[in-house]
Amino acid sequence: MLEAARTVVVRDLLLALRRPSDVATALLFFVIVASLFPLGIGAEPNLLRAIAPGVIWVAALLSSMLSLARLFAADHADGTLEQMLLGVSPLGVVAAAKVLAHWLVSGLPLVVIAPLIALQYDLPHSLYGTLAVSLLLGTPVLSLIGAIGAALTLGLRGGGVLLSLLVLPLYVPVLIMGAGSVDTAAAGLSAAGQLQLLAAFLALAAAFAPWAIAAALRISTE
Amino acid sequence: MSSTIKWYWFASPQTFYPLAGTLARWSGVLAAVLAAAGLYVGFFVAPTDAQQGEAYRIIFIHVPAAWMSMFLYVVMAFWAAIGLAFNTRLSGMMASAIAPTGALFTFIALWTGSLWGRPTWGAYWVWDARLTSELILLFLYLGFMALQAAIDDPRRADRAGAVLAIVGVINVPIIYYSVKWWNTLHQGASVSLTRAPSMASTMLAGMLLMALAFWAYSIAVSLARVRCIMRERE
Repeated sequence: MLEAARTVVVRDLLLALRRPSDVATALLFFVIVASLFPLGIGAEPNLLRAIAPGVIWVAALLSSMLSLARLFAADHADGTLEQMLLGVSPLGVVAAAKVLAHWLVSGLPLVVIAPLIALQYDLPHSLYGTLAVSLLLGTPVLSLIGAIGAALTLGLRGGGVLLSLLVLPLYVPVLIMGAGSVDTAAAGLSAAGQLQLLAAFLALAAAFAPWAIAAALRISTE
Repeated sequence: MSSTIKWYWFASPQTFYPLAGTLARWSGVLAAVLAAAGLYVGFFVAPTDAQQGEAYRIIFIHVPAAWMSMFLYVVMAFWAAIGLAFNTRLSGMMASAIAPTGALFTFIALWTGSLWGRPTWGAYWVWDARLTSELILLFLYLGFMALQAAIDDPRRADRAGAVLAIVGVINVPIIYYSVKWWNTLHQGASVSLTRAPSMASTMLAGMLLMALAFWAYSIAVSLARVRCIMRERE
């Protein structure tokens, strides 16, 4: 079972490595969206410092959603997904492995590049740790919830727009806790509460989302 | 024992169709009577509020609509879950018949709330926890309907919608509490929904009458819509 999961993760990572432009596009999108806000709002440093956590988190939400549509599409198109459905290893485990691989190529880079955006927004250095931890805990939840939407909209016309309609409302708690943790830390308080709630979301999503994804995949491939 | 048999008997669309028609008709009549009584109590019997004047009278629509909007989502998810678990055709039809009514009540709750907010709070929209979570509830309803509309095969639409409704219903309390928490962090108690603690009994009566009217309306409209879905599909 774990062997199957490992194989799926390695395979998906290898596929992503062979086509690095896909990963780069989502990352570039994240940077561009975050860079647009000062142009629209104005470059007043205090204002930027205040909106930085929210902007970074909203950009992370959008960027993670953008890459979701590709999560199952290629496997669905070439029949790999059907083989996974027929295989002996539980579909929930395969789904969890695919989500893990997706997070490694789309979520983790956001965590790495977020300090760059924070620098642009003149966020105090003491907050970088909280920002990184919140993204580290929050982006996997985005991948897990988003994968349910990606599985449900598999092969539908207008899938991308529909996906955002399904998934974005469900992202709200993660956004609130993620941006809230940095805001709280900026106010000089301990962000432990929000980070623990994010960890709780992650535990909850990791436990239940794979089965929902598996159910959605079965429905979509019937 | 006989009631058990009847439940299964009516689980089939063919046998449910005439029953739904009768129920829809009577619920419609009941809704009209209750709404007339409720509106009469609301507009002519209930006293004017000491602080809010006449503007408060919108709660006779607003509060029951908000109740229904949340309740209908749970009912919809319930039917969706039943449909997914027992693979009954009728349950999925019920879920997709309830969704537009739920979305309508959510919209009415938001609309009347903003009309009430203008004279009372001085703004059509504030980022109050309840308003925000009601807005997200509307998005969840619209997402459910959009997903079902995008899928051509009705059986797949039912099942995909069911998964989404179940995921949504698990998320609703999480969304509600995180929005509430966010709200207390971002703004102080500048705006409070709490009214005078003791509500005049006529106000309560009017509100309950309207709530019952909305119940009857929801039953009537959902059953009428489920009949349309049955005719469309079979």
